[in-house]
Amino acid sequence: MSKLRLLFIKENQASYISHLDLMRTFQRAFLRAGVTLRHSQGFHPHPLLSVVLPLPVGQSSECELLDFETERDFGGADVAERLNAGLPAGLRARACYPPERSARALAFVRARVELDYDGGVPAGTLDALRELFSRGEVPVEKRTKHKELTELNVAPLIRRLDWCEAKSLVTADAVVAAQDPGLNPALLGSAIARHLPDLAPDFLRVRRLELYDAEGKTFR
Amino acid sequence: MDRRLERILPRVQKPARYVGGEYNAVMKDLSRVDTRVAFCFPDTYEIGMSNLGMRILYGVMNGMDGVWCERCFHPWGDMEAELRKAGMPLCALESGDPIGTFDLIAFSVGYEMAFPALLNMLDLAGVPLRSADRSGLTPLVIAGGTAMYNCEPIADFLDLVLLGEGEEQIVEVVELYRQAKREGWDKHTFLCKACHLDGVYVPSLYDVSYHDDGTVRAIVPKDGAPARVRKRVVTDMDKAYYPAKTIVPSTEIVQDRITLELFRGCIRGCRFCQAGYVYRPVRSRSEELCARYAREAVEDSGYQEMTLSSLSTSDYRPLVELCDDLEPLCEREHLNLSLPSLRADNFSMALMERLQKGRKTGLTFAPEAGTQRLRDAINKNLTEDDLLGSCRRAFAGGYSAVKLYFMLGLPTETDEDVAAIADVAAHVMHAWRESASNKNRGIRITVSTSWFVPKAHTAFQWEPQISIEEYERRVALLRERMNTKTVTYNWHPSPTSFMEAVLSRGDRRLCKVLSLVHEKGATLDAWEDYFSLPRWLEAFGECGLDPHFYANRVREHGEVLPWSHIDVGVTDSFLWREHERAYEGVTTPDCRTQCSGCGANCFCPCDH
Repeated sequence: MSKLRLLFIKENQASYISHLDLMRTFQRAFLRAGVTLRHSQGFHPHPLLSVVLPLPVGQSSECELLDFETERDFGGADVAERLNAGLPAGLRARACYPPERSARALAFVRARVELDYDGGVPAGTLDALRELFSRGEVPVEKRTKHKELTELNVAPLIRRLDWCEAKSLVTADAVVAAQDPGLNPALLGSAIARHLPDLAPDFLRVRRLELYDAEGKTFR
Repeated sequence: MDRRLERILPRVQKPARYVGGEYNAVMKDLSRVDTRVAFCFPDTYEIGMSNLGMRILYGVMNGMDGVWCERCFHPWGDMEAELRKAGMPLCALESGDPIGTFDLIAFSVGYEMAFPALLNMLDLAGVPLRSADRSGLTPLVIAGGTAMYNCEPIADFLDLVLLGEGEEQIVEVVELYRQAKREGWDKHTFLCKACHLDGVYVPSLYDVSYHDDGTVRAIVPKDGAPARVRKRVVTDMDKAYYPAKTIVPSTEIVQDRITLELFRGCIRGCRFCQAGYVYRPVRSRSEELCARYAREAVEDSGYQEMTLSSLSTSDYRPLVELCDDLEPLCEREHLNLSLPSLRADNFSMALMERLQKGRKTGLTFAPEAGTQRLRDAINKNLTEDDLLGSCRRAFAGGYSAVKLYFMLGLPTETDEDVAAIADVAAHVMHAWRESASNKNRGIRITVSTSWFVPKAHTAFQWEPQISIEEYERRVALLRERMNTKTVTYNWHPSPTSFMEAVLSRGDRRLCKVLSLVHEKGATLDAWEDYFSLPRWLEAFGECGLDPHFYANRVREHGEVLPWSHIDVGVTDSFLWREHERAYEGVTTPDCRTQCSGCGANCFCPCDH
């Protein structure tokens, strides 16, 4: 048996595939690719695969990671290629390899956050955003797994945040905490809506660009 | 992706069903496409993608050079509201283009309660609802599917109807349409030619007149249309297209597995069952071919579950051989087989044991009626001994849950028949006490009753549905009798069944009602979330029509039924004979035991 990690892209239509559906989709894709997954040993055996950092529905990513175990011993060569022959549109495998580090070492996510302003970006927006996210306390409301509302201070979870402006679009290049606790970059929009309601965007788009460890080195 | 769609999707439930892009979805280069088909299913994605007919015809049409067949489903209410708010028309999943611009808009209609959804999809597409209001050849609105054996209640909205099995005739219809487009025919010219294709029914080429009492006087063809239209069947199942390579949805659907079709038709002849009559004659696919398709489908899809599908799977002669053949595949690929539609009389425990491997959950049987007398009247041809024998084998083998399905309101049903349903449940309970291998696990018996809906083209097509008051009285009677704690009794106060009874034997005057109920907001009426009886009753009232005329009236033998001009192969005299035998309590043997001369062998020899 082998423990392997898959690096893949999830974008366009595939960004609407929920986490559970994604697991099912990959289970089938592996079978189509002739990769037999190892199963758990319980009364109801299930295939051993897990997404390292599930992506919220609707967001896209260039750097998703999936850990899985195979029956056969091998290094994962050509798995990405074989998978790509039968994946839904918007999913594409980039590489497959034995992981060198545990998923726990993943510390930061770099994401591009796009804010749409249909009527054009209001004057002074960038300055206001920079000021807001330089505060020590930027509380937002967030739903927990149990659907309750809780308060979360996003400020300490932001490692780096650079804003720039184009026509009717404001873009943030953000590096945020990945886990324990992590920050969903879409919450930057919630923070704006709450603290600068006049600058609430008409739409917000998130794309994960890169993963880092605690030292800021690319995590694979 | 469309910017407007991108804005909407985060706000709706299960957005993955609106974006397409699934594995095996067919994409084509528009510069090489001359005919675009929007293949619509008037229900949600999860239901429509579970339909085998849809997958077959999608494969057949996309196999045609120059034809691109794309899918379209009815959005759930939240999505519909968003589309309307954004002013977006209904679009096809593959290209994302509005279906109103396509050449053909084709519907697969499996049940009558989907009629309002069909109208609503046309409305969402921005296409005029009535055939008469669509003067051009394009878009042509066509429909097929089981509910089209009586399409009269929506006849005004359809240009052309395909009766029976579509895999051969859809090709002919599409080819004729291409010729019409090339040669610049007008719509009427096209329809007049199309009505001569086998199995094609053009509603606008028939004038229906009525007696003063509301019954049909005559159905008169015009412009050379045939007096009767006979459904189409595929005569050789070994040559019929099977979608071994088919779309694997990226989100969970209702039947999220491979469906392997073993045979069409049914040897049994249950007198209430529309499918049992309209899918005749019996045609089997060879065991070798079934096994090959199974292997191909598993390999291509990556599914680990497969249904062996038919109207009565335990009647497939080489079923054991097929399961033997599939065993290595099951082992190697962790494949689970499921067999729906098993009969309690020839159910093989050994087979079940092999298939289910440790996972012993529940078994489901459908005795349909409580007494032998009534089971004989409906020709269910199942004895209580058969049922109890199967239950004993199941309990001895470790099963601890049984579901039993019955119908209330079957013709000739008495209070004694109703009460006897409780007795059947008690006997099953007793069988468990006698033969359970492990009594510590307890037993769950679930009895469900539904409200019988008489259907067109069956032996009971002349029968009234019992009134809702009478149905509720019988339910109450049965509830009183169900006094064992281990028996759960499920019933539905389902007004949907009443409207289903109205529509399934409705005539063309109901088109007005459909149009009105659509205006009043009817959409996914097959779903109780959306169905509203008051809305329907209001529409009937405004049209001056009485729904009870359709649901609860005894039709005389000899009455011109609204579907009299539709020929499914089974003769009218056979159906009436079966009707009479029901009242005599005489059973008719299954087709394997003896041919009863139903007439369906006019298509091809019956392969039972």
